[in-house]
Amino acid sequence: MKLILTLLVFLPLLGAALAGLFGRRLRDRASQAITTGLLFISCALAWWTFYQTIWGGWPAHAVVELLSFIQVGDFQSTWSIRLDSLSAVMGVVVTSVSALVHLYSWGYMAEDPSKPRFFAYLSLFTFAMLMLVTANDFMQLFFGWEGVGLASYLLIGFWFKKPTANAAAIKAFVVNRVGDFGFALGIMTVFWMFHTIRFPDLFPQIAAHAGRSWTFAGRSWSALDLAGVLLFIGAMGKSAQFFLHTWLPDAMEGPTPVSALIHAATMVTAGVYMVCLLSPLYEYAPQARTVIVVIGAVTSLFAATVGLAQNDIKRVIAYSTCSQLGYMFFAAGVGAYQAAMFHLFTHAFFKALLFLGAGSVIHAMHHEQDMRRMGGLARYLPITFAVMTIGTIAITGLGVPGLNWGFAGFYSKDSILGAAYAAGAREPLGYFAFVVGTAVAGLTAFYSWRLAFMTFNGPPEWARADAHAHGHADQGAHALSDHATSAQIETHAEPDETPDHSHSGDHGHDLKPHESPWTMLVPLFVLSAGAILAGAVFMPHFVGPWREAFWRGAIFVGRNNKVLDGAESGPSWVGLAPLVASVAGLAIAAYYYLFARGLARRIAERGGPLHTFLYNKWFFDELYDVVFVRTARWFGGLFWKGGDQRTIDGLGPNGVSAVAAWAGRGLGLLQTGYLYHYAFVMLLGVLGLLTYALTVWAR
Amino acid sequence: MDLTSALQIALPEVILALGTLVLIVVGAFGGEKSTGLVGLGAGAVLVEAAAAACWGPMGQAFHGGFVADAAAQFSKVAIYLMSAVAIALGAPWLRRKRSAKFEYPLLVLLAATGMGVMVSAGDLISLYIGIELQSLALYVLAAFQRDDSRSSEAGLKYFVLGALSSGLLLYGASLIYGFAGSVRFADIAAAVHAGAGQGVIFGLVFLICGMAFKVSAAPFHMWTPDVYEGAPTPIVAFITAAPKLAAMVLFARALALGFPGATGQWQQVIVVIALISMAVGALAGLVQRNLKRLLAYSSILNIGYALMAMAAGTEGGMQAMLVFMVLYMIDVTGFFACLTALQRDGRPMERLEDFAGLVRVRPGLALAITALSLSLLGLPPFSGFWSKYYVFKAAIAGGLWPVAVFGLVASVPAAFYYLRILKTMWFDEPAGATDRTPGDASAIGMGAALFSFPLVLPALAALDPLATLAARAFGLA
Repeated sequence: MKLILTLLVFLPLLGAALAGLFGRRLRDRASQAITTGLLFISCALAWWTFYQTIWGGWPAHAVVELLSFIQVGDFQSTWSIRLDSLSAVMGVVVTSVSALVHLYSWGYMAEDPSKPRFFAYLSLFTFAMLMLVTANDFMQLFFGWEGVGLASYLLIGFWFKKPTANAAAIKAFVVNRVGDFGFALGIMTVFWMFHTIRFPDLFPQIAAHAGRSWTFAGRSWSALDLAGVLLFIGAMGKSAQFFLHTWLPDAMEGPTPVSALIHAATMVTAGVYMVCLLSPLYEYAPQARTVIVVIGAVTSLFAATVGLAQNDIKRVIAYSTCSQLGYMFFAAGVGAYQAAMFHLFTHAFFKALLFLGAGSVIHAMHHEQDMRRMGGLARYLPITFAVMTIGTIAITGLGVPGLNWGFAGFYSKDSILGAAYAAGAREPLGYFAFVVGTAVAGLTAFYSWRLAFMTFNGPPEWARADAHAHGHADQGAHALSDHATSAQIETHAEPDETPDHSHSGDHGHDLKPHESPWTMLVPLFVLSAGAILAGAVFMPHFVGPWREAFWRGAIFVGRNNKVLDGAESGPSWVGLAPLVASVAGLAIAAYYYLFARGLARRIAERGGPLHTFLYNKWFFDELYDVVFVRTARWFGGLFWKGGDQRTIDGLGPNGVSAVAAWAGRGLGLLQTGYLYHYAFVMLLGVLGLLTYALTVWAR
Repeated sequence: MDLTSALQIALPEVILALGTLVLIVVGAFGGEKSTGLVGLGAGAVLVEAAAAACWGPMGQAFHGGFVADAAAQFSKVAIYLMSAVAIALGAPWLRRKRSAKFEYPLLVLLAATGMGVMVSAGDLISLYIGIELQSLALYVLAAFQRDDSRSSEAGLKYFVLGALSSGLLLYGASLIYGFAGSVRFADIAAAVHAGAGQGVIFGLVFLICGMAFKVSAAPFHMWTPDVYEGAPTPIVAFITAAPKLAAMVLFARALALGFPGATGQWQQVIVVIALISMAVGALAGLVQRNLKRLLAYSSILNIGYALMAMAAGTEGGMQAMLVFMVLYMIDVTGFFACLTALQRDGRPMERLEDFAGLVRVRPGLALAITALSLSLLGLPPFSGFWSKYYVFKAAIAGGLWPVAVFGLVASVPAAFYYLRILKTMWFDEPAGATDRTPGDASAIGMGAALFSFPLVLPALAALDPLATLAARAFGLA
């Protein structure tokens, strides 16, 4: 077991090291083969581990200690691999999606000149993510947390010659710093309260400290709630929740496989994972959970509304991710951690599927990302069309309620909303979450189907010569920048050129889209299977009747927490509501984009206040720009010019060196070359020394 | 004590004196043709004298006027060997300049004799004789290129100011004699101990001023830049090395043996001189664009460090001063050897601009200059770092930490001017090809660079106990 776990975690690191350090010598093909092969091994081990942990003979909770890390007084940290149901689930999700994305990238990145670097980063990310999920103390959790942040930064800015990609990478890093600041404070609070950061030492103590308070700034704070909120701020940064969400849409500047792996399936769910892992803490921190519910619900609503008006295919999916993460958080916030994990699990499949499908579309469209210039692709990309439809059905949660059968999202979304409704019986906030969640289900259906219809149905806009002109006239600066972005992408990663179509100056318009190579299609098939089956197969285990046997204590549920039982026994209309909302969303999308074609475009062109508000993402970027960026810049300028250059440099280095140079010149002037001057100076010296000596000695 | 044993104690100087006389005769009869022979002979005599100093008997001779102790032994070996190096560096250079004269090695020999007397001086008379013997030879050496006006000017300035300093020194000596009633250091020490009064101390200040001139400490340094700039480069290499060590040892001996009862008093004066020297050396060097002038200020700065160690007034301080001077001597000789080796179109390269991009033209010498500059700067692990380490440690142990802080601060502007040399050599556009470099000077320069690192590490292991032994001879706590 120890060997299996160690290999599972460290094989991706080995791959990253080989491809990263020796990539140039190994050549592209070998680097790809090594990293991908090692990840598939790691993935197989993860599934084996998953099986053994949950149904096999392995203990419910095991820790493999590898090396000691920091040992200072109470602050004990060890590199270790913690294995329980939670980490086993995450291990499966991470390695599966990662392995498929590795394979997918063979095709997607075929024309990229620096493939070893790309695969090394992907594997490095996987390793960091595995370190995160297997952490047995906060220190290693933080290490993994920062490790995935680093890999995310490197991969968003993978096309580092592109200024927008660099800006997006920096933005992701900086926004995550804000979250990490809270996270670090949360860890410190925990250490201050419990004198330990090791989970096994920490969790049993929490119940005893439930009522503790801490006085700060003249007010009494509940210490556990404080720790919970601070830790949640870290989760908000990593999982792109409201206020700290701005980096995620911009992160789409990275290659699409990266978006699928990091910004949909795994890294962004780290926050959810952490909240579930810390369920023993959050169960005793009701106020912190209230914050989580509010933030989660608001995020899901906010992101869904913004998603309605976006035109970039990847950005729509990014906002959808943001919205689904909101679901997971409010599920965890109302106490249905299992439901949150379940949605995380299913979401990983269908969201990775959607991203990779979108990648296939982008690949086919020669790196065109604007949906307004797509359309009618179903005929040219039948496989992609099929899998994207599966993904869309999965995310919108369609299913047959009577048979109780549906695609993945049907189960997980239902269990979340049911739990939220059940929680409402205890605190009204649950009803709020339920109402918001149901509305969001409708919105989700609308924008998801909108994406599908705009891309695959309708007339092929890409074939029209004036598509460009439309794009420009349409949305002014935004469309311009969108287009500039896609044009820049193309210079870096040319899609594979086959003899039957050559590239001409105005790309993508006179060319037929082409279906992707098999390396890209195979992952799509596998993920489709997951998107169809993951819900039905795993529902009873994650949230259903067998959940106790499945989680085996990895998630702590308080004695009064009966939300999941309540979800099952809730009124039947609660289960039907999201489905109804979803079907309604589908119907409206179909009306706007299939039947009353052009209506949506006219609305967009009229540019009403609501559309403008949504199109500009609630003006968050502009607000932050004014409040934080410009203020920080102003302060920076003040300290730089006034504080550093004028005061410190002026009086410090520059001033001192100016004085030194001045003194040197002065001494040089004394050196006249005249003998009698020299003699005079000598005699002055004698006189001075004598005077000095006699004065001093006389005392 | 009979004359034979007295002469045995003074054997190194006797060898030098007799050798000089014999070589004069050789030169006088052989004319210019015998220059090479005289040079070889002088080298042999110096090595022999060093050997005699190393293994000769110890003791006092001529009624205490001449002392052979560990300190004298230590410095004599260093001085004679450095003088031999000076001949090896200077004689071929003069030959290339077509101004080879057999007097050059002889003058070095005479200066070496004077230095030998200086470091062995046991009373004020031999102190004065040693200084004058050495100085007169150096004056002539500075003006050795009689056809070069700058060389003549340098010699003349050196001579006139040297005479003034000798006057100060003599005046101090006569005051001391007048109040103490003796010229022997031991008797003076006894008289000071018995309370000889202000007069002796008054004389001491004049004595210090005179000797400060010889080590080119500020404010008696004015001659240094002009002489360094004007005198022929290999001769500057000689002037800046061995005579400084001799003068420092004499300085230490006069103060430690003649005025042990007034340590507090002379300490204060020396501290002031050290501070002024460090300030002048560090600051005035900033604006120099002539490398020889720059090294003149660098030597003033370094003498400031040596004086700081001496001012500690402890055995550790004297040991640090000896180690510092020996390491500095090797560094600076190597630096001047590199300057000697480098010529462009038959003219010496002295200005900073001449060194632009040298690393691409003469990588070997440029590397040597780099190592030596870093060493003078005091960067670990070069020898300059170790010498400064000794000095600062001794100063702090002696309670002079404010002076040590000042010394550290002074090393910052100094670092600037050393680093500017490196920047010019490594990063500027090459200023053109240089002449063929002579093997002898390059070898000395690169040897010194190699000594600065890594040879200094084993050398230091040997030097440290020897210097400790030598410092013990000064009889301080």
